[in-house]
Amino acid sequence: MATAELSNLKLKAEDVKLHEAFPDAVSVETRKGYSGYTVKPKHLVEVATALRDRYNFKFLSAATPVHYLEQGQMEMVYHLYNLDAGGGAIVLHAQTSHDAPVLPSLTPIFPGADFQEREAWDLYGIKFTGHPNLRRILMWEGFHGHPMRKDWKEAYFEQDSKPYDTRWPGGQVHRVEDKNPFGNNVAYPDGFTLEGWSEESDRTMYDAMPVDGKGLTTEGMQTDYVTVNLGPQHPSTHGVLRLIVTLDGETIVKLDPVMGYLHRNHEKIGERNTFIQNIPFTDRLDYLTPMCNNHGYVMAVEKLMGAKVPERAEYLRVIMDEFTRVASHLWWIGFFLNDLGAFFTPALYMMTEREMILDVFEATAGSRMMVNYMRFGGVSRDLPPGALETLKELAFERLPRKIDEIEAYLTDNEIVRSRCIGVAALSAADAIGYSVSGPILRAAGVPYDIRKAEPYGIYDRFDFNIALGQTGDLFDRYKVRVFEARESVKILQQALTQLPEGEILSGKQQYQARVPAGEAYGRIESPKGELGFYTVSNGKPNPYRYHVRAPSFINLTSLGKACEGWKVADVVAILGSIDIVLGEVDR
Amino acid sequence: MSSIAKELANPDIKVPAEIEGNLIVTSIDKIYNWSRRNSLWPMLFGLACCAIEMICTAAARFDLSRFGMEVMRPSARQADLMIVSGTVTKKMVPQIVRLYNQMPEPKYVMAMGACASGGGPFKDGYNVVSGIDKFLPVDVYVPGCPPTPQALLHGLITLQKKIDSQSIRTVRWYQPGAEEPIPVPILGPDLIDPRHAGLLRQRAAEQAALVEQAALVAAPAVEPAATEPPAAG
Ligand code: SF4
Repeated sequence: MATAELSNLKLKAEDVKLHEAFPDAVSVETRKGYSGYTVKPKHLVEVATALRDRYNFKFLSAATPVHYLEQGQMEMVYHLYNLDAGGGAIVLHAQTSHDAPVLPSLTPIFPGADFQEREAWDLYGIKFTGHPNLRRILMWEGFHGHPMRKDWKEAYFEQDSKPYDTRWPGGQVHRVEDKNPFGNNVAYPDGFTLEGWSEESDRTMYDAMPVDGKGLTTEGMQTDYVTVNLGPQHPSTHGVLRLIVTLDGETIVKLDPVMGYLHRNHEKIGERNTFIQNIPFTDRLDYLTPMCNNHGYVMAVEKLMGAKVPERAEYLRVIMDEFTRVASHLWWIGFFLNDLGAFFTPALYMMTEREMILDVFEATAGSRMMVNYMRFGGVSRDLPPGALETLKELAFERLPRKIDEIEAYLTDNEIVRSRCIGVAALSAADAIGYSVSGPILRAAGVPYDIRKAEPYGIYDRFDFNIALGQTGDLFDRYKVRVFEARESVKILQQALTQLPEGEILSGKQQYQARVPAGEAYGRIESPKGELGFYTVSNGKPNPYRYHVRAPSFINLTSLGKACEGWKVADVVAILGSIDIVLGEVDR
Repeated sequence: MSSIAKELANPDIKVPAEIEGNLIVTSIDKIYNWSRRNSLWPMLFGLACCAIEMICTAAARFDLSRFGMEVMRPSARQADLMIVSGTVTKKMVPQIVRLYNQMPEPKYVMAMGACASGGGPFKDGYNVVSGIDKFLPVDVYVPGCPPTPQALLHGLITLQKKIDSQSIRTVRWYQPGAEEPIPVPILGPDLIDPRHAGLLRQRAAEQAALVEQAALVAAPAVEPAATEPPAAG
């Protein structure tokens, strides 16, 4: 894989002079508030290949469209990182007209672009030439239109942006379904008739699965393939994920995740919301890690605003993030054991400490789960009296003890070991290719943690280590998470001891944030991986574009390949090891 | 007399003292409701964020088993109670309706949280159904986003009270004639509720008439513009 020249291995984004290397294809981005380069679509593949092979920018993190309605343009924005050097991203913009938009696909070079390009096709209608499998991903096949386009209006459409005049000022209440002829959230294209229409939603999915097992034999017996569905209602899919699986006996021949069963239009709603209204919505992305989601989003907007965050608020953010990480990893361990067949008992043990952490969240932010805690330039509330003592007791006493207990019971457990060691090993090169991030990437032996590689907030002040696996199998993923929980506790102990007094919010509380025009990408290391928020502002109170780079969604790209050749029971464990949360996968 | 016997026994009918501990005279309704309310088996089925609070409610701290509800069944065939715990999307609702149809009677539905009750924070979304009651009969609504475990418990106790008040002479599943299953919605260009077929046909006819009228009024020179399918109707 590494053909990058040795001198380029540690190249930082700002030292790459792409426009000098490709004067015909690449120009420096000149729009105000934007960064990176504009690439001519027909050179996109060439430039991306060079970035990967010559400059060592092997990690395509986010690929997302923006629809510039007034300019009549559809734009894809790519963020590429050099994992060896750390630091910021090289940002590429590629533009095409918004009627019948076409761009070359990057999936052949970066397999991790697969799902993201399918999403861009589904929601924006961009065709990617060369994409092996360009089907809808979040909506169903046959849905009318591409809903994220700025000229597409949903059934309950009222106005382009909130606050809606019908409600404010005055606070009138009405039920929007009363205005819809069907009394529900539906609208049909003109000319639609029941008779002139046929259902196509599942056919294309099954068409893509191999049907013919002839010629293959299992122990001298000729077998046929069977294609079955796992989910969307299934106790071990962690929510409403669906897997279409083609089996040869017990063995997986092909596996195709189908998602969108919890697609609740986070981004469309986010673009109608004001900047500040989006904070509570981010809670509902990965609902096991709301604090981290808040943090990622406010960071992206703070980048645009240039807001300063007071010391104490930075510390509070770190404290909340790390407690969330511990809670999330504990939860994962419990439910991973569920997936291995130890039904619910381990999960019960893992939840005790999580409940204590949630109690502090509730006391501080007002809610156990949907905390809505961070604000642009700080946090919304200070710790209530007594909370610091509880947190210290947790960080110094209970959590270390808990993690010891986990290790004592599970790490040497015969069943855990035999179900996990060597199963579904993911090589470092594959992991990077699939744009996998977070604990799974580290389990594959890539020491990449955003808290170290591109430190945000005050993470550069703490002493902690990056967890690292060797083979990327399920056991490594388990061990990485246990180790990370330990390191989080270490950070917590430092942060809680150093926590300074002072302000928690710079400026005063506002109902409206003033965000200058431009683009920004804020990313944090969430417990699931790289959680990024890409926002474009045009100076109005609402984000023009609001995109979430969801780690569990992109980590799922590797699932199909990882499951091939394993048995049905392993699929459940492999899926569990990725640690998906459907709220974030489907958004 | 044990407390259960006290709860069930009909005070109007005297049981001779010598067999008092062994015999209870009660009504069918009472014994039927009593056994049903204390062994509600919820379906193991989570949709979104609310499901996490449902799991917490089932766990040690809040402990559903105090109410006889800890047996969560992943199969609809073995469940009495469907807790719709989260956002109902258009893509998911056909499966939810199908699961409901698969549940044996008596069956109950609880809408947990703002989303399941009415669409919640995501109501305006193009893939979101404005509450599960657009398709299924809901017995108890639990407000909250997410409802705290205490709120969910309160909802479950409310459901128990509702069960107490039922009579097998009037519940809908013991009425003459088989109960029709709920028609499963279809994923078309948008979600199609088969019960709206008449309305859809009528709308299509109206539109066709309008197009015809427009064609008559307009001179042949002006063609009806070929439009991309517009979004909202
Ligand atoms: S009501 Fe709130 S917590 Fe429950 S599913 Fe909806 S958004 Fe999530």
